[in-house]
This record gives sequence, structure tokens and C-alpha cells, in this order.
Amino acid sequence: MNEPILEAKKLCKTFGSLVAVQDVSLDINKNEIHAIIGPNGAGKSTLIAQICGSLISDEGSVFLASKNITNLSTEKRASLGIGRTFQISALAKEDSVLQNAILGAVGASGKRWGFFKPILKDTVLRDQAEHCLEMVGLKDLMNQKTATLSHGQLRLLEVAIALTLKPKVFIMDEPMAGLGSDGTKQLTKFLDKLREQAPILLVEHDMDAVFALANRITVLDYGRVIASDKASSIKKNPIVQKAYLGEG
Amino acid sequence: MIKERQLNTFVLGLLILIPIWAYLNDEPFIITLMTRAVIFAIAAVGLNLALGIGGFISFGHAAFFGLGGYVMGILAWHSQSYVTLIEWPIIFEGTKSMPLIWIITILLSALLAAIIGMISLKTTGVYFIMITLAFAQMMYYFSTSWSAYGGEDGLSIYMRNSFPGLNTLDPIQFFIICCTILFIVLFFMGRLIKSPFGLALNASRQSRQRVEAVGFDFHKLQLTAFILSGAITGLAGALFADLNRFVSPSMFSWQLSGEFIVFIIIGGVGRLFGPVIGALIFVWLEHSIGGISDYWHIFLGLILLAIVLFGKGGIIGLVCREDTQNE
Repeated sequence: MNEPILEAKKLCKTFGSLVAVQDVSLDINKNEIHAIIGPNGAGKSTLIAQICGSLISDEGSVFLASKNITNLSTEKRASLGIGRTFQISALAKEDSVLQNAILGAVGASGKRWGFFKPILKDTVLRDQAEHCLEMVGLKDLMNQKTATLSHGQLRLLEVAIALTLKPKVFIMDEPMAGLGSDGTKQLTKFLDKLREQAPILLVEHDMDAVFALANRITVLDYGRVIASDKASSIKKNPIVQKAYLGEG
Repeated sequence: MIKERQLNTFVLGLLILIPIWAYLNDEPFIITLMTRAVIFAIAAVGLNLALGIGGFISFGHAAFFGLGGYVMGILAWHSQSYVTLIEWPIIFEGTKSMPLIWIITILLSALLAAIIGMISLKTTGVYFIMITLAFAQMMYYFSTSWSAYGGEDGLSIYMRNSFPGLNTLDPIQFFIICCTILFIVLFFMGRLIKSPFGLALNASRQSRQRVEAVGFDFHKLQLTAFILSGAITGLAGALFADLNRFVSPSMFSWQLSGEFIVFIIIGGVGRLFGPVIGALIFVWLEHSIGGISDYWHIFLGLILLAIVLFGKGGIIGLVCREDTQNE
């Protein structure tokens, strides 16, 4: 019951002489938002890449629902239940919004190797994709070419695609980046509810959002965990205040 | 501006009406020209899957075209000269049957594409272009030195291969065979583009991260596309050799690989009918301007330049407005 959904154990990654991530361990439990914060270059994105499989760890291991996924490829991890959103939108911009969403639904469905049936006529997957677009408020735009969306809408589409995957855990790399204050508020509200569907590992620079959402926070600096605790304790932690939050 | 579907229907109409007109007016040469265009179109439709949808530019598709040509040539040569091709495990004396030749061609082209693809798809961009070119050149030089099958002189096949119930030497009947194959290929390609595989391949061209993040194996997508692509182009090669009743190393030439790319660019990259339009225009220019001057490629070059500079979607991009993609 209290098994963590996602667990990273002693992850390390060096690039040449640069130690990007050193001995980082963290876990995410059910219904939880676990935020990772830290200054630029602290190793947040490297850590995310190690967990999602786009970077191979030098040491350490990653477990998803107690299954060791350390040596699996990105796509295997995705089909096992890691729903990732990217810091810089990775979308098929020449395709329509709906096509992007349905791609996620197909990927999660096991109908990946269909060669003959038009996918947009698959009512089950199409409904699923449209439902996820509706949840983030993009359904009215689903016939538009993705390239015509605003920056904020692209961020939301990233989230919608992650939703179509019905993942065991969401991993979101700065979902608020570039959203206006209204957009941030809306997304904060949305993620707050989303944690009941699946826990979220959240990398975010917007501290208001982080403290509004996170149950636990891990602070990284120079690739090391300098603190990892409940959100309320992190706020008071003097080391964190000095290294990152800034005194006063 | 018209809808893409209207333009496609118009092109289909041309493919049917021009040969009928030529048949009624006793112009077999026009029919042969149309057959040539149709075969080129099949080859380029195959390439378009890799180049247009998948986004990896193969500059070596003549390898498959030539392979198809030689499969046809070797099978038919053994059959016409009564020399056994294989003695073990079964005795096989070659064949003059088109359907059998096509099946063998498709299988061997797919196998060659799997081998070339597995090696070259490890690279991207200009390296991929060069490595596919290198494979095609290897095939070219191999064929020039393979004296058992004519070497540089190639192989002549005296009689066109047979198709049950048809007289294949009659230009219009051979045209019907080729055109039917083109329609079948276009039909399946049209379905493929809209299928889960097509959607994912199309997205993989735009963002590798995206398709991986939703659970697709990027390399498998590309390799599958490359194999299908090579098999279709190979089939076109077998038809082309049958059209000319002759196969030579020139079917492996890099100029031909380049021409396939040109068809696609003229017509419209990644568009279903792009390669068909490109091949029709190419063969028409080759015939009309080529009759005036040997240097007709200059004019082709000018057209290509104009299209690349002013209309990136090729002819289809110039003529058609963008359709909503969710229909």
C-alpha cells in the first residue's frame, strides 16, 4: 500500500569532469505532488532525463511501481506508465491539435502497429483524446494546426497528451514556464486535482506554484540533494534559504 | 485555390483519359510515355513514404529500383535461355510470370531495405543521404562487373513477361497493369498515412522526443517505413525493366535516385499525389523539351529552382489550400 509509485535510488550522472547529478534519491507516493527545485544548472533536467530514460545513468536505479526500469528505453518506460511533459514543447507542430492528442492515446492503447484503419475514425481513442483536450480547455481548438497555438496553449497541449497516456506517474518539466499569471493559476488549480489521478513529479521555477502544490520538495544544488522534506519545513530550512530562496 | 482532393481526382482523370485518347487515336508512343510516368510515379510514391512522411532523405532509392529491374531480368533471362537458376533445394528455371516476379521482387527489395536501413538509419541528415548513396553506388558497380548477367551491357529480354489473361506486349494492356498497381499502391498509401503507423511516422519526423514519450520505438518506426518504401520502389523497378524489356546498371545510377527526389519536390513533399504529379510533369518535359534540345535538364532545373524558392509545397502547395486534417 505504501510502496512508492516511482523511486529513484542514488542516481549519478557525469558529463566529462562535470558532475551533473550525484547520489540523488527520491520517491513519489500516491496522490502526491513532489516538487524538485534548485537554481539553474542544479541538475534538475538531467535528473528528469535519467528517470524518463533519455539519458543513461552512470549509477543508481529507477523503479516504477516496484519494477526496475533502469535499463529500459524511453518508449518502454512511457508504455509502462511514465507520462512526461517537456520543458521545451516537443510536439508535431504541422499536425492538428487533435492529432497530437490522439497520438498519445494510440501510444498508450497497444494499437501502435495499425497500418490500415484511419486512426481518427477510432471512436474510442478519439473520444479519449477529445476528453483530455477538454480537461485542459483546448477542445475548441482541436481542428487547428498545432503551430498556430500560443505558447501557453502549447504547454497545455503537452499536459493533455500526458493525460491521454493514463500514466502511473506524471513527470512535468516546468509546465508553468512562459504561462501568464492567469495561466499559472489555472494550471495550478488543475494539477492540484490531477494528483488524485496519478502523482506528479514537478520541476518548476515558479515558487508560488510550488508551495501551493507540493506535498514534498527536494532541493538540488550542484547535482546534490541539499534538502528533501515536507513543503512547510523546506520553506523554513536555513540551508535552502541561503542556497536558493534568497534571504529576505 | 482548390481542395487537394479535387486536384487528386483531376490527376486520376488524366491518368485514365490520356491513354484512352491515345488508344483511340492510335498513338501507342503516348501510351508508352504514360506507362513510363506511371512506373516512375510508383517508385517515387515509395520514396515519399521515407522522404516525405518519415523525413529521412534517401539518395539511394535506385538501389531498390535497380534490384527490381535485375530480379525481373535474371528470372526472365534464365527462363528464356533455359538455364537453371537454382538446382537445390528445388529446381527453379526462372520465370516469365509477372505476378511471381513481383512477389519475389517485393520480398528481396524489402530484405535489401532492411539491411540498408538497419545500417544507415543509425545516422541522420547529410550522413544518411551519403550512406544511402554509397549503398546504391555499391550496387551499381557490382552490377557493372557481374559479367554473368551482362555486366555493363545489361540484359535484354526478348519477350515482355506474361500476365494471365492479358497480352502484355500491347501497350494499352501493359499500361493498364502498371496503372492498376499505381492505384493500389496509392490506395494503401492513403490508408497508411491516416493509420496509427502513419500518424506516428509523421510525428516522428517533427519530434523524436514526442513519439518516444508516448511509447513508440523511433527506430522501429523508421525502419518499417524504409522497408515498405524500398519494397514499393523495387516493384516499380521490375515494371520499368519490363517496359523496356531491358535492364542495365543505369537503373542503379545516382541520377535516377536524384530524379525520384525531384519528382517528389516538384509535386509536393509528403503529399499522397505529389510524386505522381512530379513524375507526370517530368516525363512530359523530358518528351516535349527533350525533343527540342538535349540540354532540357536546364529547364527542369529552372522549374525546380522556382518551386523550391517560391512554393515549398510543390505544385500541390501552390494550387491547393490547406485542408483541415481531422476529416
